[in-house]
Amino acid sequence: MKNIKILTNGIIRENPVFALLLGMCPTLGTTTSAINGLGMGLSTAFVLILSNVVIASIKNLVPDKVRIPAFIVVIASFVTVLKLVMEAFVPALYESLGLFIPLIVVNCLILGRAEAYASKNNVSTSFLDGIGMGLGFTLALTLLGGVREILGSGAIFGLKFIGDNDGMLLFVLAPGAFIALGYLIALVNTVRKK
Amino acid sequence: MAKLESSLKNMIISLAAISLIAASVLGGVYEFTKQPILDSQTNKKTNAIKEVLPQNNPKILPEIEIELEGKPNKYIVFPAEKDGEFIGAAIQTSSMGYAGVIEVMVGFDKEGNIINYSILSMAETPGLGSKLTDWFKTDKNNQSIKGKNPSIDNFTVKKDGGDFDAITASTISSRAFLESIQDAFNAYLKYKEKK
Repeated sequence: MKNIKILTNGIIRENPVFALLLGMCPTLGTTTSAINGLGMGLSTAFVLILSNVVIASIKNLVPDKVRIPAFIVVIASFVTVLKLVMEAFVPALYESLGLFIPLIVVNCLILGRAEAYASKNNVSTSFLDGIGMGLGFTLALTLLGGVREILGSGAIFGLKFIGDNDGMLLFVLAPGAFIALGYLIALVNTVRKK
Repeated sequence: MAKLESSLKNMIISLAAISLIAASVLGGVYEFTKQPILDSQTNKKTNAIKEVLPQNNPKILPEIEIELEGKPNKYIVFPAEKDGEFIGAAIQTSSMGYAGVIEVMVGFDKEGNIINYSILSMAETPGLGSKLTDWFKTDKNNQSIKGKNPSIDNFTVKKDGGDFDAITASTISSRAFLESIQDAFNAYLKYKEKK
């Protein structure tokens, strides 16, 4: 029961994007379409789960004063592995996410969970926390990407349902990201408070 | 197990060990993905070359680099022949777009008519400049550059007195693209002169 709570914690109650407002840079930057949001969310979730597990298992071997550099090395290694694997096997997605893949290293969501959760809890709960937070992040990014794609290009997951040039371009550009995110946060918080 | 104390010795050992493990893991992954990454890059290029040349399975000859006066870029010509006869060339060209460099592969036939083009890489605004991938292939109004010849048609946008419709709200990207095609054509002429 407690485990399920840890898992769902990240998805709704403490959703990293809608409730904790962590990792805003990739959230706003990569969600021009639902598929980009999904790709970015899954990449971040992958790094988050693995780094949570590793950090929880080595936490006693790392002296307190050097824990941040040690965590960053762990996170950066996973991000580099991810980058190389994506470049080799899914070059199309790698290109559309571009610079944001290496930037996962400095996503405060990952270091935040490492510092606040994984360095204080055991391996299995950190693993669950990673999955929950990762899914929550993926869900939020896909939702935001979907909203922006529907409004901005009149399509969802690349499937067009209205004619050419009929989208509101604002939503594909940066200001639209802020507007859409603002309304989504308001909406999610209204539902959450009930 | 108790937490390690923050003594200098412990800190050095712990950080060094973590870095060492991380480095060896990364080295392994790098070796493992080196070939697939290289393959996917060359694949992309050969596919682009095939796409912009006549579709009758031409033989692609070794590439030649061409420089143009007053242009910092190099243009790479991939000549193609069929049964020993020169039929045209694919040219890798580039120009400065709205957000970074746009790299284009464009194919010309023997007379210099454009066969097709393919965008190799760009960072134009999604939803606006990124329409370059299809815009100048679409047969609508004065959009398509297929079958056009830069020695006859004016390769600038309508706004600048040219023959082609720019992408709505992306004049800069369109200008850059057409400029890169014109440059490619100049490089093509230079290549033919040399030959």
